Amino acid sequence: MLVSFKWLQEFVDIDISPADLADRLTMAGLETGRIIEPGKDITGVVTGRVDDVSPHPNADKLLVVKVSNGAETFQIVTAATNIAQGDVVPVALEGARLAGGVVIKRAKLRGIESQGMMCSGRELGLDQKIMPAEQAHGIMILPPGTPLGVDARQVLGLDDVVLELELTPNRGDCLSIIGVAREVAALLGKDFRMPVPVFPEMPESIEGQVRVDIHKPDLCRRYVARLIKNVRAGSSPLWVQQRLRCAGIRPISNIVDVTNYVMLELGQPLHAFDYDLLTGHHIIVRLAGKDEKITSLDGVERELDPDMLVIADPSGAVAIAGVMGGLNSEVTPDTKSVLLESAFFDPVSIRRTAKRLGLSSESAQRFEKGIDLSGCTRAVDRAAQLIQDMGAGEVVAGVVDNYPCPAVEKAIVLRPSRVTHVLGVDVSVSAMQNVLSGLQFKIRDDGNEMLVTVPVHRTDVNVEIDLIEEIARMYGYHRLPCTLPGGSATPGYKTAEQLFTDKIRDVLAEAGLFEVVTYSFISPGIFDLINLPPEHLLRRAVSVKNPLSEEHSVMRTIMWPGLLEVLVRNYNRQVKNGTVFEIGHVFYPRGEGRQPAECPMLAAVVTGRTRGGWNQAPREMDFYYLKGFLEIIFDRAGVSEVSYLPEKTNPSFHPGRTACLVSDDCFLGIIGEIHPDVLEKFGLGQRAAAFEIDLTALFKVCKGGKKYQPISRFPGVDRDLAVVISQDVPAQEVFKVIRESGGMLLKEVELFDLYYGRQVPEGCRSMAFTLKFQALDRTLTDTEVTGCLDNIANDLRLRLGAKLRV
Amino acid sequence: MEKRLRDIAEEARRSLDSVSSLAELDEIRVRFLGKKGELTRVLRKMGMVPAEERPRIGQLANEVRDVIEKSLAGRIEAVKERVKEERLRQEGIDVTLPGLPVTRGRKHPITLVTEEIAGFFLGLGYSIAEGPEIELDYYNFEALNIPKDHPARDMQDTFFIEPEILLRTHTSPVQVRAMEKATPALPVKIIAPGRVYRRDDDATHSPMFHQVEGLVVDRHIALSDLKGTLDLFARKMFGIGIHTRFRPSYFPFTEPSLEVDISCVMCGGDGCRVCSSTGWLEILGSGMVHPRVLEMSGYNSEEVTGFAFGLGVERIAMLKYGIDDMRLLFENDLRFLQQF
Ligand SMILES: [Zn+2]
Repeated sequence: MLVSFKWLQEFVDIDISPADLADRLTMAGLETGRIIEPGKDITGVVTGRVDDVSPHPNADKLLVVKVSNGAETFQIVTAATNIAQGDVVPVALEGARLAGGVVIKRAKLRGIESQGMMCSGRELGLDQKIMPAEQAHGIMILPPGTPLGVDARQVLGLDDVVLELELTPNRGDCLSIIGVAREVAALLGKDFRMPVPVFPEMPESIEGQVRVDIHKPDLCRRYVARLIKNVRAGSSPLWVQQRLRCAGIRPISNIVDVTNYVMLELGQPLHAFDYDLLTGHHIIVRLAGKDEKITSLDGVERELDPDMLVIADPSGAVAIAGVMGGLNSEVTPDTKSVLLESAFFDPVSIRRTAKRLGLSSESAQRFEKGIDLSGCTRAVDRAAQLIQDMGAGEVVAGVVDNYPCPAVEKAIVLRPSRVTHVLGVDVSVSAMQNVLSGLQFKIRDDGNEMLVTVPVHRTDVNVEIDLIEEIARMYGYHRLPCTLPGGSATPGYKTAEQLFTDKIRDVLAEAGLFEVVTYSFISPGIFDLINLPPEHLLRRAVSVKNPLSEEHSVMRTIMWPGLLEVLVRNYNRQVKNGTVFEIGHVFYPRGEGRQPAECPMLAAVVTGRTRGGWNQAPREMDFYYLKGFLEIIFDRAGVSEVSYLPEKTNPSFHPGRTACLVSDDCFLGIIGEIHPDVLEKFGLGQRAAAFEIDLTALFKVCKGGKKYQPISRFPGVDRDLAVVISQDVPAQEVFKVIRESGGMLLKEVELFDLYYGRQVPEGCRSMAFTLKFQALDRTLTDTEVTGCLDNIANDLRLRLGAKLRV
Repeated sequence: MEKRLRDIAEEARRSLDSVSSLAELDEIRVRFLGKKGELTRVLRKMGMVPAEERPRIGQLANEVRDVIEKSLAGRIEAVKERVKEERLRQEGIDVTLPGLPVTRGRKHPITLVTEEIAGFFLGLGYSIAEGPEIELDYYNFEALNIPKDHPARDMQDTFFIEPEILLRTHTSPVQVRAMEKATPALPVKIIAPGRVYRRDDDATHSPMFHQVEGLVVDRHIALSDLKGTLDLFARKMFGIGIHTRFRPSYFPFTEPSLEVDISCVMCGGDGCRVCSSTGWLEILGSGMVHPRVLEMSGYNSEEVTGFAFGLGVERIAMLKYGIDDMRLLFENDLRFLQQF
């Protein structure tokens, strides 16, 4: 909210600078952002009267104007067309400075001297959006009778300072000048002066001229109406306009401006109806009928829901209560009589209506945060006073005050001991009382407890803790000591799963992968990109009802495509080699009304080549490169037996270079090179490999608690073994047979050569192993080792059809 | 004969002076001391020496052998040393050439910051709690004292899955879950790092970001404990010279509510673009757990009190590393990631 410093000063004496006030407000919970000085840059602009307007002898589009500042007359050449003799305008004479820092110089335009310029609102730093429509373009015309030769900043109220308050949603009571003034008074220890409107009324009474019926007293606790007659529509005085502008509201006409002015000043939204357009002069506050429609002031026809509150007359809705008026009862230049509405509408109802209609008016914003139920009459009186003062109409005597649900004063018990307990500091009872009474709370002290009565406007204060907060924020948080929680000590720890995840992350980053963080929501189009057939299980994703875009509209069921996207993006930025991993959740729906399942996953994707150098050739990062990382993880996690089952049917992966990972009958995940078709769809012109591991499953099969294996002190024996074997037999099988038949004495098996080619029959390959034999308790004899080796060769032959190669 | 012996000694000395290789030395050894060497040859003629002279000549011969052997050994040492030096010289390399390329990886800056935060609180005896990212409206709002149609719901623009199921807008629902799980046990002392989601996307907002939530509930927790804890945290995180400022604010689930500012890490408090000339940077929201939240989670709010806080990990990472656009954290440009 934008708050004029001068306006504030009408209700409280402020003896500190605007900047200091901003600090004090911020530290009391009314965060103050910018401090705006609208006229700061402007000097030397004065009011002047147009005495003569004549055409420029040498230019069609220019005029030569004589302007008087009351003492002297100046000649000004202008292109403006909206001025006439007698107009009072802001004039910038030679040496004057305008908003934005432009300095005015004497100039010759097409041979005629110009001694300055007449100013538009823009040159005085006024936003076009908040200028009256007729003044948005062209020179700013000041009201007739404006004194001449006076500083225009003063006339336009630009010598003010505006504070921008960022109010929290609980402080609806501060959405007004008096609300902020009350806080300022409490902070500075000054008196707050509540405005008391005084004005003459017409002899005739409102009685019998207006009828108000409230059908829904729970949604409209109070409805006050006043009647204004002999309305003279026009524009409002400059000072009213400027105050509206300071608050970011566009001046429209005197009656409308007054309703806005009072709303800004007192926080009570008002609405003005054209009295003669209200059928039967009868206001009915009711719910909207089925299929009822209304055209709101902004010209939009709106369909109303049956739980929306409307203001109606016997022939139909004339306003959406508290949100926006109807076009059918709008105040126009022809309006003769005005009915002013000052009501209290239920915050929740207004909020729902405004939200559903997508209409967030200044009025609705105030109603939905709760306004002062006791202030309705004051507001309507203040409006009447202003209208009377500016000669915009005459006030009919009296008000109609339909008040079915009067305000109830809340009384709260406050225990000083509790204040100390919660804040951790001893605040004296008198200090508490000072704070509370400064904020207009009434206190009855009963020794150990205080009974605190809450002023009606403080709708946010309802229980003891609310009072404690009031005391704390006014007392000042800087005065609290810094302590640490006492009580019993607790061990800070991470769970086994958390430590496990941390370890995997550390291992992978140290081993050479970069951790990335990608969005949990993805585009459903990604399922097409990775070749998933329709009806594939992974396509059943949790979708976001209101995504920012299609790109981010479903929760991921799979992670590696997001990582591939990352690498493609890097590739397109000329970073062609990439190794990335992510640990995060994937999400699976569990049916309507049920919270989806969330599973922690680990995914990695690599593409391109390893780093090469002057003494090492780079190598392509393929299946085996990536598999190396998996092996590190399995090693560190203590997962011993992992089967790599060839996976030929996964549509996203290369049919010949992909494996499913299984351990202890538990599916861990998949590793493979990405299918060339998928790479093409992603626009990646080089091989890429990926794995995706279910961390819950991995954690389940990992063996915690390492046990020491004794190391033999006797020498081991290395023997080589070469076999020729069908290519259909996976290496893992060969290793398994060797280990099984090698038994206890076989310590290590290493594949050191793999050969396909001429010396080997078609469909076969040669595998050469180094086997290390060693016993814990003796030096092995040659015979023992040869026996073992023969056993192994024999088993390989019998079980896998391998031939010994000599 | 005596002269011959002395000549041999002299010859050997001269030959040794000029050799440079082990092979030559060996040659000299053979030439003078070998079975057919000079010395042997001379000694064979010992028979021709008169008997009374023999002991003296014999001794002289031994002396000559000793001298030659010693100098030979000395020379061998010297030559070996020279050969070694030569080899070392030849093996010299340009130590300024780059080393063997080892693959490099890094953890994401968000992880690094989260780990640093977690490390601090683990040290103070907090445990790490987790909760679902797709939450029930109840945990994300209702149980945090934000009923339906509460204006505070506007503070967090929400992604919905279903009317009652949403992407959590903060890590605060983990507070409620942690309390529900712990009640009636005391104390509850947790932090909850994790992903959160809001419908925002610009240079300072991302639709997905990370928070760390903290919660302490016990019999005698006071606002001053919150202040002490977070003041210590800020100084551990940003340096001992940093100042903190505690400002009243509003969150429906805490009361009193406070926002914590630190003195600007860029300008030291003088005012700059990063701190919008205020000299202060907001780093987290906090407060005393609202009695209603304690009650809804199963604690008696008369008997226990607590404090809670929530901080944005991206915000802290940006301040710590001087990152000026939040989107960089999610673009995953490898040239960005390898800097951490
Ligand atoms: Zn700064």
